Amino acid sequence: MGETPHRSADAGTGGTRVTESHEWPAGASARVAEAPVSTRTPGGTGLGGGGALPRSRKFGAERAFRGLTLAAGTAVLVIIAAIAVFLVAKATPALRANTENFWTFEGWFPNDAEPKFGIGALAFGTVLTAALALLVAVPIALGIALYLSHYAPRRLGTTLGFLIDLLAAVPSVVFGLWGREVFLKPVQDLSVWLNKYFSWIPLFGGDGPFGKSILLGSLVLAIMVLPIITSLSREVFLQTPTANEEAALALGATQWETIRTAVLPYGRPGIIAAVMLGLGRALGETIALAMTLGITFGISFNLIENGGNSIAANIANTFGEANETGRGALIASGLVLFAITLIVNITARVIIYRRREFTESAA
Amino acid sequence: MAKRIEASNVTAYYGAFKAIENINLTVEPKTVTALIGPSGCGKSTFLRSINRMHEVLPGARVEGSLTIDEQDIYHRDVDVTAVRRTIGMVFQRPNPFPTMSIFENVVAGLKLNGVRRKSILEEAAEKALRSANLWDEVKDRLGKPGAGLSGGQQQRLCIARTIAVEPQVVLMDEPCSALDPISTLAIEDLMFQLKDKFTIIIVTHNMQQAARVSDRTAFFSIEKTGDPGRLIEYDNTQKIFSNPSVKKTEDYITGRFG
Amino acid sequence: MSTTVTSHRPRPPAEPTSLRARRLPAYTAPAVAVAALALAAAIVYGAGIGGPVLVVVLGAVLYLAGLFAAANAVEGRRSARNRTWSALIHSAFVLAVLPLASVVWTLFSKGAERLDVNFFQTSMNNIGARDPEGGAYHAIVGTLEQVGIATLITVPLGILCAIYIVEYGRGRFAFAIRFFVDVMTGIPSIVTGLFVLAFWVLIVSPWFNDGRPGFSGFAAALALAVLMLPTIVRSTEEMLRLVPAPLREGAYALGVPKWKTILRVVLPTALPGIVTGVMLAIARAAGETAPVLLVAGGGAAINTNPFENNQSSLALFVYQQAGDASRYAPARAWTAALTLVTLVLILTIAAKLLARRNRLSR
Repeated sequence: MGETPHRSADAGTGGTRVTESHEWPAGASARVAEAPVSTRTPGGTGLGGGGALPRSRKFGAERAFRGLTLAAGTAVLVIIAAIAVFLVAKATPALRANTENFWTFEGWFPNDAEPKFGIGALAFGTVLTAALALLVAVPIALGIALYLSHYAPRRLGTTLGFLIDLLAAVPSVVFGLWGREVFLKPVQDLSVWLNKYFSWIPLFGGDGPFGKSILLGSLVLAIMVLPIITSLSREVFLQTPTANEEAALALGATQWETIRTAVLPYGRPGIIAAVMLGLGRALGETIALAMTLGITFGISFNLIENGGNSIAANIANTFGEANETGRGALIASGLVLFAITLIVNITARVIIYRRREFTESAA
Repeated sequence: MAKRIEASNVTAYYGAFKAIENINLTVEPKTVTALIGPSGCGKSTFLRSINRMHEVLPGARVEGSLTIDEQDIYHRDVDVTAVRRTIGMVFQRPNPFPTMSIFENVVAGLKLNGVRRKSILEEAAEKALRSANLWDEVKDRLGKPGAGLSGGQQQRLCIARTIAVEPQVVLMDEPCSALDPISTLAIEDLMFQLKDKFTIIIVTHNMQQAARVSDRTAFFSIEKTGDPGRLIEYDNTQKIFSNPSVKKTEDYITGRFG
Repeated sequence: MSTTVTSHRPRPPAEPTSLRARRLPAYTAPAVAVAALALAAAIVYGAGIGGPVLVVVLGAVLYLAGLFAAANAVEGRRSARNRTWSALIHSAFVLAVLPLASVVWTLFSKGAERLDVNFFQTSMNNIGARDPEGGAYHAIVGTLEQVGIATLITVPLGILCAIYIVEYGRGRFAFAIRFFVDVMTGIPSIVTGLFVLAFWVLIVSPWFNDGRPGFSGFAAALALAVLMLPTIVRSTEEMLRLVPAPLREGAYALGVPKWKTILRVVLPTALPGIVTGVMLAIARAAGETAPVLLVAGGGAAINTNPFENNQSSLALFVYQQAGDASRYAPARAWTAALTLVTLVLILTIAAKLLARRNRLSR
């Protein structure tokens, strides 16, 4: 019975630990995927038979399968690393060839004999359009989500919620097409009006032409991320425990106060996640912006004049004519975009993980 | 601080389904009244219609008249939030706000009512927690999440939260059904103390509990599934449990059905 | 008479002496609305600063202010807040429905123009600027092949990865994988396009392509696979976690090895949820333009071989037609957009219906 302590320690998790244990060097598991898959040791004891307990097998289906999953898991890390490595590898020669400062130069002429290109204006445009889009979309999206989850009649809320979910799946190229063919006109009118009465605010200054502007781009982005944020936050709001809402109501809270005390605090991590996802989409959005921005290479806060650009839109627009260095330059700009989204994402994850720990320890 | 509740011909619906029919009863101030009966007999529905929590569910409505000290609870001009402040409620499962600390939970109702001054809130929180027999257990960790307490403590926290707004009636919907025997005992003790100040109405499945804590007992029942619940008998607890006047009550009490 | 909320004494709650409260009559809201609109119209047209749109916008702002003031005076601050927030939430809804409805309406009205058999049977090969014909057959073929290959790559990889995270992974390494899967969800599609451009098109594929960069449908499939992977891993992971522990323990107690338990008990139980996640990932990938633009090369002719030569896709077709100078191009763009949306929505609706029938998820 010398083995007893082992067996009982393994009992809880079933087979795993049995095969995982002893004798084997840890590094071996990844390659075991190719090992022959045998289900049962020859000459092993029968089902539930008496006699000595079988020893754990050195090669076996369990190990093979485990190795296979481990390899798949590792693949994720490899892909992330590969993205960084290959982008850097292709970007470096172009950055070396650049005759201007990559961070400060306002312009994009990587295909010239003396390549000149700078990321500043593009990064600025990316962040500005995304920020404006979220500024518009988040309050409205949260409003709709609350309407669908707490104000609308149950059936209407469910139906509309389903439709919003569908809109969240509509490809961005469709929003871009709509923005360019339909939405351009009203935004142009609005721009002219803003310019007429508010040209003393630098945001709305300029002499035109108006239309394919940062305003149009960010509004289209806002409309595009709106269903995404709404759909996620609605789900979060619906998950609020009824018990908590009833507790607030029983204390004499009005409907809005119930939302403030029970619904919003409970959903906060989920809302942050939804907003961050929306931000990620907005920052990385390519086609909708390529179709609606005016594509210029200056840093300007003017929202309504033709102009504006973003890293992703620039890639889509100039990729066609790019030569070797041009591609490298675009890849370099993509690397910057990657870095920006990575920072946003990691920040969001850290916030969410921290919050989750709090609520989990509380639960 | 305590008020009389009178129900006459109260009928409540969930959509087309009639859950209770023609309930008539009067609850005296500063007493504990227990509502007992088999599952689905509408005692919780009746309880929830007293502070208008019934209508929170979609399609639910109440007919008949319910008054508190002669004021009609369902009058058109009545502010629902005022009703619920006057008639507090403790639920079956402890439901502290998960994102709030113990202190914030207790004063949540006061904050809603516009009380902002820290000193007042602290004083009220201590008072409510003392009344709920919870102060000694939590006074050193008021800033910790309320959801981190044990089930029994959470339920007492919810009671503290309810009485912090100083209601006049406290409704309890099977407050001990999710708790262990020791926590149950603590809450029953608490009810004894609270009835000096509040009118208490408690729904319970546990007949010993009804016999232990209540002054009056109302027995609800249904003919068969799908029928509305009715009030079968309402009398002093002692009478109900020793010598009920209706055969059906006796059958239920002695465990012959339900 | 009011149910008074504010206490005059420094004691906690004021005792509500009465349950009655003064309430605004039911006609208040419409009355305030009419007054606000009238006032807005007077201001806008009086000063000559705009048209009907401005009247509505200004009217809405005045309505909110008026409602708050009226409710604050009669019913008190709490009720005023409640009413104003409720009005705000309703107006957010109206505000958002307008553009979204416009998108849908335009999609159908303009998309119907070229919705003919020819569109689905021909490509853009030899279609000049003056030709009203032309179709998206080549693009549809491209989309189906690229998404199909991407699915074949991602589904096994994603499911195995999720199994590792849920069933085998322990400690820091599993946490790192989880974390980076999360991070991967946020990688912009254009970056995955650039990655495949750098990795496959410019570096690897020239080896068997006589040194020329190999733009192809397969390259697009690779990029889409990188996009789909995190979505599938996450949804599978969630579904696996929902499988009740007793189910696993039951199998272990019978002496079934862990890998068999996973394949025979856990996966089948989670299958509907996993399929839902896969379908949503496919729907999203099918609508991606940017990566395809970078690595598939586009092309007007039908090319059914995803491994060689340029290929187009529906999303790319929409983008290219939208930028085309031909006056027939917009109609083609809208019809292609309608086709794309239909494809994506069929997948999405099917996935949602499946999810609804799935007992594991809420």
